[in-house]
Amino acid sequence: MAEINKKGKKKTDKKQYRGYIVGKHAFFHNLWVDIRRNKVLYIFLVIILVYFGIFHYAPMVGLVMAFEKFTPIKGFFGSKWIGLQNFRQFFTGPYIGRLIKNTVIIGVLDLLVNFPAPIIFALLLNEIRLKAFKRSVQTISYMPYFISSVVAMGLVVGFTKSGGFISEWVARMTGGSSQNLLNSSKWFRPIYILSGTWQSVGYGSIIYLAALSSVDQELYDAAKVDGAGRVRQCLHVTIPGITPMIIMMFIMRMGMVFSVGADKILLLYNASNYDVSDVINTYVYRVGMLDSNFGLATAVGLFNSIIGTIMLMTSNFILKKTTEVSMF
Amino acid sequence: MKYKITPGRVIFLIIDVIILLLVAFVCVAPIIHIIMGSISSPEKLNVYTKLIFRPLGKVDLTPYRIILKYKKLWMAYRNTLIYIVSTCALTAVLTSIAGYVFSRKRMFMRNFFMLLISFTMLFNGGMIPTYIIIRKIGLVDTPYSMIIPGALSVFNIILMRTSMQNVPQELEEAARIDGATDIKVLFHVILPLCKATFAVIMLFTAVAKWNDYFSALLYLPNKQQYYPLQMVLREILITTTSDITNTQSLQNSATMYKKAIEYACIVVSTLPILCIYPFVQKYFVTGMTLGAVKS
Repeated sequence: MAEINKKGKKKTDKKQYRGYIVGKHAFFHNLWVDIRRNKVLYIFLVIILVYFGIFHYAPMVGLVMAFEKFTPIKGFFGSKWIGLQNFRQFFTGPYIGRLIKNTVIIGVLDLLVNFPAPIIFALLLNEIRLKAFKRSVQTISYMPYFISSVVAMGLVVGFTKSGGFISEWVARMTGGSSQNLLNSSKWFRPIYILSGTWQSVGYGSIIYLAALSSVDQELYDAAKVDGAGRVRQCLHVTIPGITPMIIMMFIMRMGMVFSVGADKILLLYNASNYDVSDVINTYVYRVGMLDSNFGLATAVGLFNSIIGTIMLMTSNFILKKTTEVSMF
Repeated sequence: MKYKITPGRVIFLIIDVIILLLVAFVCVAPIIHIIMGSISSPEKLNVYTKLIFRPLGKVDLTPYRIILKYKKLWMAYRNTLIYIVSTCALTAVLTSIAGYVFSRKRMFMRNFFMLLISFTMLFNGGMIPTYIIIRKIGLVDTPYSMIIPGALSVFNIILMRTSMQNVPQELEEAARIDGATDIKVLFHVILPLCKATFAVIMLFTAVAKWNDYFSALLYLPNKQQYYPLQMVLREILITTTSDITNTQSLQNSATMYKKAIEYACIVVSTLPILCIYPFVQKYFVTGMTLGAVKS
């Protein structure tokens, strides 16, 4: 609006902005002129807005299900309104403690292990001067990322069941007999986290390697003149050089600790490890899609996304304060 | 550059190389295991409990012969390819026009609309309401549910917008003087200059679609004929509800070949991608750096 009015006032540039007026009803008049002038642009905008309206804003309207005894036939506005009963059912139900605990533990463990792993890998790789070796290790380490989650988790399931090589290996180390590791609550989390490491360590290091290669070479030369050895060069030049990137990535991931996705866990979990594997998102899937209790599932999902949004906004706030960049 | 070589340095380098080789080994060993396992003799494969680095016993290609006849897998393969091509096409068009709209300074209230769209990155309806909406508009159990819902993402729009903003304004003005319309300006002037970003977006879209099984789990509950490849692999590997080991050709030896068939399925569904990726690797590097700089 401001832009058009501003243009309208520019009387010197009559040719380009012919048709715009100043005055009481200027806004709608000028908008109409603008629409006629930039028809295609507005058509594009409408397409985009319709898309987001259907696939992003309509589901937000659908969140009213959380307060209803929702039945698909009656729809969002015809179903029976039951207020906070769905939330009450969840908060007083038997699963809430387990779900929050598992979500936080898996999220935090994932952050603690799978966040530093690519950084360490990148630093180790950075010390190698032999280009061919460096490149081959890099290329090989990206490979697991290109194996789909279904296949990767299929491998994990195969390797950790009785007779699989990881299971046999664990049995030899601990002196027990080979068993299905995924069925024991002790092993689910390490398996889940480490399979994530396997999938993402190489791929995650790309960004740090890029940051490392942009560290100013002159700083190294200066450090050498001052008599710094390789260790001190690493501590005082290399690591400070990539610290902004590390901080940024850390805060971004911190914001997502609470949104542990359902898709990977759904592939690994089974009824015998629910006590350690069931997170909020898998519960939402089970209640909503398998039991068709849409109201309750929406309520739990809403609870999860509110916490997720708060976490994201907090981490974004911290990010802005510390590094002057922001995600949005 | 010359470094002084001290004993400490040598020891460090040796340890470093050993660790890196170990990482590389861990990354590649399961893949070799699967390939070699799939052509091993099944009697030996079924009782072997270590990693396999060469075919056990005589090379046996029966598993491949069996899955060659397993129509469902190839149908799913075809479906996935169709989904990837269609999603990429739709993403290309939608992301381009969105990037164009939001990068034009003359666009009315463009920052407000951008904010409206970015908000969905922060907060969204979630799994169940999205499912209900998609069901309401009649996409559930149709192949369109695999193509349309994920085609346009805010992140891609931001990438595209940034890239288009960097195209000099003068080029558009010059084209306009020659009488070019918005569509011409977008597809003939601006987009060709944003090729790198465009390629990155296409690549990420294609890989995401290739990996995706979850949307099929949600949106294709009753239509197995539309399943993408990953859903069929899930049946074979995870839920073991697949009927492949019961096919007519091997009633007697079905259980014997079960493991080898699983491995062979992984090979035919993963090897093509592993062969392509070294060539597109550099785009991933560009993409990751682009994303990090922007976000």
